[in-house]
Amino acid sequence: MTAVVLRRGRFSVRVERRTLVVTVVALVVIAGLILLGLCHGAVWASPAKVFAALTGGHGESAVVIRQWRLPRVLAAAVFGAALGAAGAIFQGLTRNPLGSPEVIGLDAGAYTGALVALTVLSGTSGQLVTGAVLGGLVAAAVVYLLSRSGGVFGLRLVVVGIAVNAMLTAVNSWIVLRADLEIAIAAVGWSAGSLNGIGWDDVGVPFAVIGVLLALLASRARSAQQADLGREVAIATGVGLDRLRLQLVFIGVGCTATVTAVAGPIAFIALAAPQIGRRLVAAPGVPVLPAALTGAVLLLATDLLAQVLLAPVSLPAGVVSTVVGGIYLIWLLARKVGRT
Amino acid sequence: MSARLSARDLTLRYDDRVVSTRLSVDVPDGAFTAVVGPNACGKSTLLRAFVRLLRPSAGVVLLDGRDVRSYPNKELARALGFLPQEPIAPEDVRVRALVARGRFPYQSLLSTWSDEDEHCVAEAMTAAGVADLADRPVHELSGGQRQRVWIALVLAQRTTHLLLDEPTSFLDIAHQYQLLELLAGLRDQGRTVIAVLHDINQACRYADHVVAMRDGQVVAEGPPSRVVDAALITKVFELPCVVVPDPVTGTPMVVPAR
Repeated sequence: MTAVVLRRGRFSVRVERRTLVVTVVALVVIAGLILLGLCHGAVWASPAKVFAALTGGHGESAVVIRQWRLPRVLAAAVFGAALGAAGAIFQGLTRNPLGSPEVIGLDAGAYTGALVALTVLSGTSGQLVTGAVLGGLVAAAVVYLLSRSGGVFGLRLVVVGIAVNAMLTAVNSWIVLRADLEIAIAAVGWSAGSLNGIGWDDVGVPFAVIGVLLALLASRARSAQQADLGREVAIATGVGLDRLRLQLVFIGVGCTATVTAVAGPIAFIALAAPQIGRRLVAAPGVPVLPAALTGAVLLLATDLLAQVLLAPVSLPAGVVSTVVGGIYLIWLLARKVGRT
Repeated sequence: MSARLSARDLTLRYDDRVVSTRLSVDVPDGAFTAVVGPNACGKSTLLRAFVRLLRPSAGVVLLDGRDVRSYPNKELARALGFLPQEPIAPEDVRVRALVARGRFPYQSLLSTWSDEDEHCVAEAMTAAGVADLADRPVHELSGGQRQRVWIALVLAQRTTHLLLDEPTSFLDIAHQYQLLELLAGLRDQGRTVIAVLHDINQACRYADHVVAMRDGQVVAEGPPSRVVDAALITKVFELPCVVVPDPVTGTPMVVPAR
């Protein structure tokens, strides 16, 4: 395997050639899917029309593309990347491909927080994001504390997380059953995880939050990779491990919860993207960048599929991802259990 | 004898199990120090305290007169290299990439790979005898090869001090001696080596300085020819024995008496 050293002034980085190729290809695929997403809709728009609309064209189709389709495909790309990155963080921390946010109850916790914001408070965009992040953090803290004794960050955390997930799902159902009809309908529709009807008003705050979190994550990526060497070697080579883990958990929960607050729990992306990504680049550990890129591709593709499958009815992306993800999860569980 | 690294009045414990109290040890510079003693006597615990894997509940570990806890993480990692007993290699990692991880304490956010890094990794792999394995996946290697890869990682760290926790366990006898020769060679180049060793005869052969521990305390320390005798071994290991000169090197050799 060959490595390339990229240099620019004081900036220098060593990347495997394969990672570089995969990154470029993934970016091209993402751009292609975004274009396809902009073309596709009730009325097909030619790529030429799309470019005209993006560069400030007028007319009805331009408005549709700019105001309806553009926020949706961008949300799919950004949210997919956020979910993929969050999955990579938690699968890395737990050293387990099952240790994904939606499996260990973080999505459910974020959903609980958002439900509380919706039923108790007035449910503005800011409140939803805050509620979801707080809910996700509380769920993460509970899982962490319950799995603390004896070898934290391992299979035990995953098992405790699955139990917490089940309990939180029950709590969520209870909140929905107790809520006013209107809120309940909104909450249930949202619980499927969908990008239907997402507009610019919904994505401003989440894009900013995710942008900041992913930038933070990029700055911690090398330390996170070093932490793959296990606690002892990581500390001995200069990683401030306890602080790093706390930062990573915060970033991971923040990404998951922000997406959940806007689009509802979209399963499968955080679970599968990191594993697909690491196989694509054939890298050790669970690298974050391939996971984020794969996540963006997956959610863009899933959302397109959800729109096409039963057209003209648009399925929630979460339904499609859950079906595919369910199959993957069963396969993963069967393989894991078969091994031990 | 100068000692840049030393432990002063350490109390070491895991939760409520006290391992050592008021433990003081000096690590002589530029020498090969072997820490010996029965299982669970606190040898590994001492090493872990040196590299901040365990926080002493009293006392300090000093490096150049400064508490190691006051060092920034990476600065300490440029001074002290540590190889744990059973390090875990990430799945699918190749030798060169794993050894390159030893350069972490020299890298910053913007500059993540320099010619210096490249050079140090190549040199470390050559010194540890794994240069020809550079492109092999680590999990395909034999135990002896793998151990040398880990040593290469620590060497790439370019530290003055090398701390190794039972580096010879899981190796067959030929590979054990190969590894000890490697460590002695590093000492000859001026590094300070401190290793927990199980085999007292190997310790006597290769170490300049022996620290014999029992129940978390130092029972004796000094050059093997001066401190290792039948009385010490009986006291430390509760093993009746005679100590004879090693027929090859003349260093003390322990032969059980029954």
